[in-house]
Amino acid sequence: MNDNAIVGVSVPRKEGRDKVTGQAQYVDDMVLPNMLYGATVRSEIPRGRIRQITFGPGMAWDEFVIVSAKDIPGKNCVALIADDQPCLAEQYVNHPEEPILLLAHPDRHALPKAVKAISIEYDVLPAIFTMEESERCSEIIWGSDNTFKMYVIEKGDVDSVWAKADYIVEGEYTTGAQEQLYIENNGMIAVFDPGNGITVWGSLQCPYYVHKALMNLCNLPAEKVRVVQVETGGAFGGKEDYPSMIAGHAALLAIKSGRPVKIIYDRMEDMAATTKRHPSRTRHRTAVAKDGKILGGTIDFTIDGGAYTTLSPVVLSRGAIHAGGPYYWPNVRIRAKAVATNVPPHGAFRGFGAPQSLFAMERHIDRIAQVVGLSPIEMRRQNFLRPGQTTTTDQSVREPIDLGKLLDRALELSDYPSKKERFAKENQSRTMKKGIGIAAFLHGAGFTGSGERYLSSVVGVEGCADGSVRVLVSSTEFGQGTKTVLSQIAAETLGLRYEDVDVAPADTMEVPNSGPTVASRTVMVVGKLVHSAAVGIRQTLKQCGLLGDSYSPEEFRAACRNYVVSHGEFRSWARYEAPPDIFWDDQKYCGEAYAAFAWAVYIAAVTVDLTAYSVSVDDFVALQEVGRVLHPVLATGQITGGIAQAIGLSLYEKVIWQNGRMQNSQMTNYIMPTTSDLPPIRVFFEELGNIHGAFGAKGIGELPMDGPAPAIANAVEDALCAPCDAVPLLPEDIFDVLAARSRPEDEALSADGCR
Amino acid sequence: MINSSTISAKCEISFTVNGERKTVCAYSMERLLDVLRQHLGLTGPKEGCGEGECGSCSVLMDGVLVNSCLVPLLQAKDAHILTIEGLAGEHLHKLQQAFLDCGGAQCGICTPGMILAALHLLDKKPAPTMEDIREGLSGNLCRCTGYMQIFEAVADAARQITR
Amino acid sequence: MRSDPQDYQLIAPGTLHAVVSLLAKEPGAWLPIAGGTDVMVLYAAGKLPARKLVSIWNLPELRRIEVFSDEIRIGAGCTYTELREQQIVGREFPLLARAASWTGGIANQNRGTIGGNIVNASPAADSLPALLVYEAELILVSIRGERRVPYLDFHTGYKTTKLAADELVRAVSLRRRFSEYLHHTRKVGARSAQAISKLCIAALGRLADGLVDDVRIALGSVAPVPLRLIETERAVKGRGVDSSLLTLAKKAAASEIRPIDDIRSTARYRTEVARNLVEEFLLRLGTGAKK
Repeated sequence: MNDNAIVGVSVPRKEGRDKVTGQAQYVDDMVLPNMLYGATVRSEIPRGRIRQITFGPGMAWDEFVIVSAKDIPGKNCVALIADDQPCLAEQYVNHPEEPILLLAHPDRHALPKAVKAISIEYDVLPAIFTMEESERCSEIIWGSDNTFKMYVIEKGDVDSVWAKADYIVEGEYTTGAQEQLYIENNGMIAVFDPGNGITVWGSLQCPYYVHKALMNLCNLPAEKVRVVQVETGGAFGGKEDYPSMIAGHAALLAIKSGRPVKIIYDRMEDMAATTKRHPSRTRHRTAVAKDGKILGGTIDFTIDGGAYTTLSPVVLSRGAIHAGGPYYWPNVRIRAKAVATNVPPHGAFRGFGAPQSLFAMERHIDRIAQVVGLSPIEMRRQNFLRPGQTTTTDQSVREPIDLGKLLDRALELSDYPSKKERFAKENQSRTMKKGIGIAAFLHGAGFTGSGERYLSSVVGVEGCADGSVRVLVSSTEFGQGTKTVLSQIAAETLGLRYEDVDVAPADTMEVPNSGPTVASRTVMVVGKLVHSAAVGIRQTLKQCGLLGDSYSPEEFRAACRNYVVSHGEFRSWARYEAPPDIFWDDQKYCGEAYAAFAWAVYIAAVTVDLTAYSVSVDDFVALQEVGRVLHPVLATGQITGGIAQAIGLSLYEKVIWQNGRMQNSQMTNYIMPTTSDLPPIRVFFEELGNIHGAFGAKGIGELPMDGPAPAIANAVEDALCAPCDAVPLLPEDIFDVLAARSRPEDEALSADGCR
Repeated sequence: MINSSTISAKCEISFTVNGERKTVCAYSMERLLDVLRQHLGLTGPKEGCGEGECGSCSVLMDGVLVNSCLVPLLQAKDAHILTIEGLAGEHLHKLQQAFLDCGGAQCGICTPGMILAALHLLDKKPAPTMEDIREGLSGNLCRCTGYMQIFEAVADAARQITR
Repeated sequence: MRSDPQDYQLIAPGTLHAVVSLLAKEPGAWLPIAGGTDVMVLYAAGKLPARKLVSIWNLPELRRIEVFSDEIRIGAGCTYTELREQQIVGREFPLLARAASWTGGIANQNRGTIGGNIVNASPAADSLPALLVYEAELILVSIRGERRVPYLDFHTGYKTTKLAADELVRAVSLRRRFSEYLHHTRKVGARSAQAISKLCIAALGRLADGLVDDVRIALGSVAPVPLRLIETERAVKGRGVDSSLLTLAKKAAASEIRPIDDIRSTARYRTEVARNLVEEFLLRLGTGAKK
């Protein structure tokens, strides 16, 4: 390894010092002169027509700025995909917590009282809350059939496999809603003046999503809208589309009042009103040969999108494409649909559909193993994708990935064989049952299919007057290390020191649209463009004769300074070009879905305490192939953080719904893991490189979310000999699973090979 | 003026923050968190939950770790408060450096409270076991890291401090 | 933060005498607030109606532990951290020390008080089952003087107690007579730390000649009040710990408790786990385990 290597080294986080000294400025840390505070008046019913709004007595209403849908200068919608979601409800509400009115006042404390003093009368309409109710179509709440989107992925000839099957295995698997629970609540500050237009500062992932939404809402041209991302305290997808809503609200109040307006949600509001992970239901029906090989099957994947379209079509797409897992399906039909219910719209959360469908796949492969009489290991080995084979969307596996070997290594690292044997023996005599479970999976990085082509991301690299280099991207930092890794890439490309490079603030006035900070694309896709743009800077200097073939960082800086003095602004741009061998058919929904897949095998060892029916994870091995590790500390942090969130999804985080409203919208009763709840998480990487990613990297941000839930559910089944086909698995659920199993009529259905 | 049952007047309350004596004129039931952030401009302590569950608002009050969102201003009278802003001197505290080296801070929002909780822990247990570290930080939620690198940072700092 | 600070008034008279005088002068008008870990949560959630509060935080008369030859008196203003740090509590009343270590994270243990836990009277509170089995006596104080109330009689219904409108809890008196007993406690929460309890057991037991000589069992979160399982204790006394006793005890416990479905858990889960917890305790007692 090169002594001057920056990529592959755990360099200091660019904004780290500010974070550990309390200097980092998040949106609620900012105060503007003459600023007002804003609050939102929300629907208390799931569905109905607004009949009357009454402003109660005893409030000095003239002190408040009040905004309704009538005040919207442009289109009353949060522009995203379908534009069906109003920014403020006008006549109808379709979910609890739907925004109806906005208030602003100089005194933050005056607002809760004012919100309470507004009473709204409704003509209540029947509401639906489950996927099943939505499918029944006895009440139509969206479109003609409550269906936001459908996809069908078809490969081979599924209808012919049933006759040849030695076994036909069915299963239904469900996952619940999950709250992203970033520790910093959503917040936004907006300022308006007729000359400059709207400026917003906020906690957000995608400046240009907000930019587009504000243009639409406020009827302003692009140059009259400015969006600035400030230090963001966690996001995980929860700040992908929702910020457009809260930015719109702050903007409307700023326009009406002529003053800066700050809106910060408190935890109760943020949890109840903003997006969550889509609940899912997957039904597998699989034709299997005697030797365990999958002959083919159908997968019905349904997600609950909530009341409006928002991102559901894209979540659905990713979930559908991942539904077959890392296995070879010679024949398959995947029918995927996103349906409407009267709950706050669900949205992006790390994994974005894949954790849901992969949970089902990995549970189902264990079920097939039981039916056929193979071990979970042999079953997977029989069906793993091999180089040269094609995925469910007919994408060829073109890299030398050996999933069998990956599995072997994970088994060794986790001591699986001896633990499995020991647990089986010891469990007979104990109230603490131990189990061990496997999940094997993949995660495609970057936008699906033609998505990256559609995004057409642009990246800039700038040579500054002082000789330093600045990266110009709209990719945001929210803990995952954007600023650090993109600086590493540029610095190493240019032969500079890490300290010579920085990333410009994500301000739409300063940076081009390099696409949203989602889909595990930042390092892989945007990073590659950073590399290209950096090369452009160097080429320019060489062509001008200011730089030789080899040079020191100081020489580069001097050349750069020189250039700026004589030519002025010094920028190089790179635009995304789809690799020539990546082709996706949007009509048939098949082809190369992703430029690269990362591959993983996770193994969880658990103990189930039958006194309290609680599960503790004792050991967790996470082995993944990620192309190239660009920053060991950051990469490890992404994996452990994602696994912790997925352990939450598996064992702790349940949204309690009543009439479409989240009842447990506080940290005291929506339970995320504390320091005392997580096992040692042991992380291991393999690197096969990636020609489509910066320095060979693949995206890894979302990968770790896919494995833990099925690994843990498989481990719990191993411990209890009872199927665990739903997450989250709270102790109450395990109790119910065991109670159901001990009913005599269920004996016949219990799987073979269980002690 | 808003019609309300205003029953209190503001009062002058003094206490010491990060070594400096401060006097604020505020209501007796203002939350210490809000007084620090809004009256004194010390935005290191954060509001993550408002109910004493996440620990982002943690400060040391007379050497004792408390959730400042649950302390009414009047009870902080004459107290000595330490926020994250008061930790670094000419150099970063070893805990701050360890958090940087080990990846203990990702998005950073839990970091001020987490570092103070770790400081409080090391004060009571200079050579903490992993169990001690888990327990000492159990009132500070982090959504980004999965805690592993925070444990490393605290263990690393403990070793450095006792050296 | 959903309340307006200007709608509340907090004063801190600084002595116990001043506080009880105030409570006598205007009974019901002043809400005592100690460490604030309950009151301030309600306040921030907008669930505390506008009112006057009187601080009893750090009153020297409330924040001490007095040790006598046959009893200890724990001041109501003692924090959970103080309970954990007091050696005598850990040595002779380990159920209380354990409960203190479960009550929130370190920051909340530094501010939460035993008196606050008692007066808040939540059936889910971690310390209260321990007080039931240790048969604590509460020393209540008002301008009229002091009186002792057996803790067993203190709760009259869900979140209602025998505390008069002008009274405070001054101390918890515990008799030092349990060193020969097996002390057993366990909390079942949603996670390992910082969790409101779904169920909690505190139990004491002593065998004589292999038979149950004395047994006290209390459960939290299975009724509107923290509950001593009097019937179950009666059923178990004087018998040997064998499998038929366990069956009997579990049945008695299940019929004595009145758990509900709530946001944290279900009645059927609580019932089953209560049975398991009672069994777990009796098994330990039967094997002659100590502490």
